[in-house]
Amino acid sequence: MDHGAPMLEVFGIWFNLSNVMMLLVAALIVFLIAFFATRNLKLKPTGMQNFMEWVMDFVKGIIKSNMDWRDGGRFHVLGITLLMFIFVSNMLGLPFAVVVNGDLWWKSPTADPVVTMTLAATIIILSHYYGIKLKGLKGYSSDFLKPMPFLFPLKIIEEFANTLTLGLRLYGNIYAGEILLTLLAGLASASIFGFVGAILPMMAWQGFSIFIGAIQAFIFVMLTMVYLSHKVSEDH
Amino acid sequence: MFFDHLVLGATGEFLNIGDIIATLVIFLLLMALLKKFAWGPLMGVMQQREDLIASEIETAEKSRQESQQMLDEQRSLLKDARNQAQEIVENAKKQGEVSREEIITTARAESARMKESAVAEIANEREKAIAAVREEVVALTLLAATKVLDKEISEEDNRQLINETIAKAGEVQ
Repeated sequence: MDHGAPMLEVFGIWFNLSNVMMLLVAALIVFLIAFFATRNLKLKPTGMQNFMEWVMDFVKGIIKSNMDWRDGGRFHVLGITLLMFIFVSNMLGLPFAVVVNGDLWWKSPTADPVVTMTLAATIIILSHYYGIKLKGLKGYSSDFLKPMPFLFPLKIIEEFANTLTLGLRLYGNIYAGEILLTLLAGLASASIFGFVGAILPMMAWQGFSIFIGAIQAFIFVMLTMVYLSHKVSEDH
Repeated sequence: MFFDHLVLGATGEFLNIGDIIATLVIFLLLMALLKKFAWGPLMGVMQQREDLIASEIETAEKSRQESQQMLDEQRSLLKDARNQAQEIVENAKKQGEVSREEIITTARAESARMKESAVAEIANEREKAIAAVREEVVALTLLAATKVLDKEISEEDNRQLINETIAKAGEVQ
């Protein structure tokens, strides 16, 4: 289980090829689902269109619970894409892991801290960007002195803490799930008794991981909207 | 160590900037593509439906108001018509009463007049008849008397007899 990673250096920049591949796979799956679900759109929705509309309404509900729709409408696309992308990413590592020559190729892309931290940092930077854009530089900076000016250092720390917790929560949950799955898979492949013994916990843990994956995707989007609304909304 | 791979950046002594770039590019590209091909059209359809429902509700409300207004109008018209009919019937009744009275009065007057004239005529005729008969009788009697009682009866007796006869004849008549 202590696998290496297929690293590749291009112009002095290091790529983890498994990350790149899995990100592409996740993006492709999300795109295909969304693309084929939104063919032949009708006013009276059927089948997959219903599902996609449910997802949209779900994200809309998340945004609306955090901020005014007038401010939050612009984050709708971001929210839906994040939710589906992270959920699909979380699910990818569940059925199996592929190891080639000691390198781990097939896994959840979200089981890598670099990927999740990138997403988290993007969100936080985005929140600052929209904070400045919507409230002006003055309104944006005065938010750091609220509710009390002496809390300013805490506010600064909060920004970094938010970034770290947002990224690492997702990474930790998914990575831990994969480690346990790998361990159980190792047990199952060890012997016939191990296989029999591993079936039940494997099923239980996979089911639980599906749940965790869904919950984590939801939490990520929810927190994204919370952080965005902190920066964007007037009264918080 | 067993937990070495749990440490951040444990895959090497370097930061794999490539992954960061890849993540960003792939995610942003996915978002852009989805916005173009999936979310955009879907949102459009949902918006369209929202508009449709809103307009349908508005139309329904409007037509409801319209029908309510029409109903009120019809109701007041019906009321008017009923009142008018009532009035007409009343008028006709009154008119009938009046003309009945008139007709009766006229008829009564006419009959009275006719009766009067009939009575007058009858009396007249009777007078005439009596006079004629009387004349005739006198003449006949005179003739008969002169023929039957030529010489015996004096002038005085004669007259008396004639008068008696005439009186008797008048009684008989």
